[in-house]
Amino acid sequence: MVRFESVGLRYGRAGGKDAAPEVLRDISFALPEGAFCWLRGPSGAGKTSLLRLMYLAVLPTSGRLTLLGTDVGRSPRRVLPGLRRRIGVVFQDFRLLPHLSVFENVALPLRLAGRPDAQVRADVTELLRWVGLARKLHTPPYELSGGEQQRVAIARAVIARPNLLLADEPTGNLDEAQADRLMVLLRELNRLGTTVIVATHNDAMVERYPAAALRLDHGRLVHEA
Amino acid sequence: MKVAAASLRAARFDALGLRRALSGLMVPLLVAAMTFLAALALGGWIGSIALASQWRDGAGAALTVQVPQPAEAAAHGGGSRIDAVSAVLTATPGVGAVHVLSADELSDLLRPWLGVGAERLAVPLPAVVAVQLTGGQATGGRPDLGPLAHRLEDAAPGTLLEDHGMWIDRLSYLAFSLQACALLALALVSAVAAAAIAVATRAGLAARREAIEIVHGLGATDGFIAGRFAHRAMVLAGGGGAIGALAALPVLLALAVLAAPFTGSVHGIVSISDALSALPPALWGGVAILPAAAAAIGFATAQGTVRRWLRRLP
Ligand SMILES: Nc1ncnc2c1ncn2[C@@H]1O[C@H](COP(=O)(O)OP(=O)(O)O)[C@@H](O)[C@H]1O
Ligand SMILES: [Mg+2]
Repeated sequence: MVRFESVGLRYGRAGGKDAAPEVLRDISFALPEGAFCWLRGPSGAGKTSLLRLMYLAVLPTSGRLTLLGTDVGRSPRRVLPGLRRRIGVVFQDFRLLPHLSVFENVALPLRLAGRPDAQVRADVTELLRWVGLARKLHTPPYELSGGEQQRVAIARAVIARPNLLLADEPTGNLDEAQADRLMVLLRELNRLGTTVIVATHNDAMVERYPAAALRLDHGRLVHEA
Repeated sequence: MKVAAASLRAARFDALGLRRALSGLMVPLLVAAMTFLAALALGGWIGSIALASQWRDGAGAALTVQVPQPAEAAAHGGGSRIDAVSAVLTATPGVGAVHVLSADELSDLLRPWLGVGAERLAVPLPAVVAVQLTGGQATGGRPDLGPLAHRLEDAAPGTLLEDHGMWIDRLSYLAFSLQACALLALALVSAVAAAAIAVATRAGLAARREAIEIVHGLGATDGFIAGRFAHRAMVLAGGGGAIGALAALPVLLALAVLAAPFTGSVHGIVSISDALSALPPALWGGVAILPAAAAAIGFATAQGTVRRWLRRLP
């Protein structure tokens, strides 16, 4: 499902004298399909960068990364969009589109996948009801509270039933009850077969929901449990 | 769920918010101006083709024959030199009308050069014969006038045969140059329109950078994103093209009316339908195609610009 083999990542231009330092170095691990895994580490350790590799916002500078059976570094660029559509992401800053309503934001992955209108309407309405936003379908995201925006971001991440779900500090903006609700949702999706990776620096959260964990420090994998 | 259906379709149309990012009057107005100029260039191109063929059929089909001492006896037979020349001309295949200019016609012709007293000059004037060639020979290239000149010289030595071919060559060369200039103008105007669309598209890309990155991250293909921009650019450029073409139409009609006497519309323009029919069908077609061409330039330019820009994303 996800396999890192000596993956390194540096931002900016690779090689040369002005090359940026590596933010991830010699990362190797493999996650089987259906896993639930925490990604832990202090702020600045490289958690977001590791997730960015997994949702194909950046490509490895070195090593080999295999996602959903595809060696992404050696694949032509045109195969990446199809791969991205099978990966759901909850961004730390949500990244909702401000000019689209809540409904339209959540509908976007289905539309990009070319699903028929009737199905889009039914699925999006159903999911938004489930996350408690049935009455905000046509509200623009900037009129929502932080917690509501996060629920929209989660709905958009899972609407197309991705094989791999990545979440970056998803409980950071939530109170404890909301965080618990989110964890229940993520575990439920995992039980239904989705591979889930959650980056967090919230140790209490990890203790409440024990699972396998990758720990990063200064761009290196320090511990695999 | 009527509302949802409507918003759904709207979102598909404008997933990147381009109606806001790629808006304003800059592109439509610039494209309208370029289309206006393109229509004029097209008019010049088609007009010069029409004039050239008109000249070729008209002047190219005419000869002038000068016969010095027309009243003196011909080399053979009993008649005068002018009668002998007329007889040779009339008997030549491919010659239509043969008209010996009268003294009045001749002095009309000479007046600009010699003044009103031309006929009182003690200069012996040659007779001038205007010869109209028939269509077949005129359109099938210029006839070979060598043998005819020989026979005329034989009948009345000193007779000059002047065909208008040199003028036709010069006018054809002028018409060809006009056509080349018109094509150059069309190419320049297209390039300026494409540049304006590329600039506007790049501004739209900058304004929607975040939205594009998000949609790209959700798995949108380059084709999808470029297609949104191209559709928007096509609408704006096509609209501008339609405005420019419509604005050029009255100008082209006025020019066609002015040019009508030179292109063989001898009846003159008396009604609107005369004016409308003064515009050659090819020009009507060309002006109708211009908005579509503007839309196509908008589409292709936006596609190229966006696809090149997207290469920065993995
Ligand atoms: N786009 C970027 N360009 C350059 N450096 C970056 C970029 N994003 C993150 N970094 C650097 O990479 C390191 C890891 O950052 P990040 O992956 O965000 O860590 P975390 O999510 O664990 O806080 C930090 O030193 C950060 O400054
Ligand atoms: Mg982070």
